[in-house]
Amino acid sequence: MNLKKQFVEGLLTQNPVLVQVLGMCSTMAITTSFFNGLGMGVAVTIILTLSNIIISAIRKIVPDKIRIAMFIVVIAGFVTCVDLLIQAFVPALASSLGVFIPLIVVNCIILGRAESFSYKNGVAASFFDGIFQGIGYTAVLLVMCIIREFLGAGTFGGGLLGVDGKGIQILPSQFPIKMLTLPVGGFLVLAALIAAMQWALSRPKKEESK
Amino acid sequence: MDQIYELLAITLGAILANNFIFSQFLGCCPFLGVSKKVDTAVGMGIAVTFVMGLASAVCYVVNEFVLTRFGLEYMQTVAFILVIAALVQFIEMFLQKSMPSLYTALGVYLPLITTNCAVLGVVLLNVQNNYNFISSIVYGITGGVGFLVAIVLFASIRERLVFADYPKCWDGFPIALVTAGLMALAFMGFSGLKVW
Repeated sequence: MNLKKQFVEGLLTQNPVLVQVLGMCSTMAITTSFFNGLGMGVAVTIILTLSNIIISAIRKIVPDKIRIAMFIVVIAGFVTCVDLLIQAFVPALASSLGVFIPLIVVNCIILGRAESFSYKNGVAASFFDGIFQGIGYTAVLLVMCIIREFLGAGTFGGGLLGVDGKGIQILPSQFPIKMLTLPVGGFLVLAALIAAMQWALSRPKKEESK
Repeated sequence: MDQIYELLAITLGAILANNFIFSQFLGCCPFLGVSKKVDTAVGMGIAVTFVMGLASAVCYVVNEFVLTRFGLEYMQTVAFILVIAALVQFIEMFLQKSMPSLYTALGVYLPLITTNCAVLGVVLLNVQNNYNFISSIVYGITGGVGFLVAIVLFASIRERLVFADYPKCWDGFPIALVTAGLMALAFMGFSGLKVW
């Protein structure tokens, strides 16, 4: 078990969104304010960690053929718990994320990690994998939220800071490009981030070859 | 008459103004994954449309006659995902027997329809919007048609992207996402659509 390697992989070299390109739907859909991104990131991290633990614990007694169905049932169970908890304690988040909380069930990151990591590794390693991959996902969500909110509405920390949770106005209101808070912005900002990641990851290889 | 107007509004909304991919971000994974060739895109679109229509109908029945009756609404997510998984498995077996070429072309993306957010999304939205049986099915099928239109248009643009000259680091997903973004911008024009 190599914690440092897992951490770097989760955050950078094997980042679930930017490198493995999983879980795009939620990444693009909900990153319009800081509060949404943080809430979604934390929810997914919790579900990912818990389902990783359970799946790696039961991996030896689950027959190969029905493993996907088992994964989905485990994940759906945890999603239901988290959904009910959010509705009870953070109703504002529940209404702004809407249908995307139950849709965590079909977030490819969780099923992807179950299939490629926790089904093959021990409980402790899967626990840390869940946390680090979750942090990687949350980090990307937050970066996207900050970019889209800053350029699209000129604010920072929407839903969390400022008057009535509207965020702190940084850019004067005539400058922001409204387009970035609309669906178009989701596609374009994510494209730019993945391109930046590909550029950064391809650089060291070129230096080695020289 | 009201019912017909409602169905018309649902249809136009699901295909154009509130397209599942371009305005609701549901079903992006297969949208980006299976859109390299127009043929496979058409196959995928049809398969998704079929599953969405069928899942809407079955899940409406399950929700109305099992979950609501016994006060089990909180089990919706679990019940729906199981129904969808079973349906997809069924379609997989059907395609393998009757259309082997389409089966191999769809490959790994066929079982992945289970985890296509558009399918679970449409079912959950049906419940959220309180659609009745007919509206649910219409919303499921037209949502699938919207997906089909989007993925076929996108695949035909992507086939031409090979000739485009763009920086190396934008290769693969980034350039596809930019294309999708521009298409989303075009589809935004439909949101001003008023029929009556």
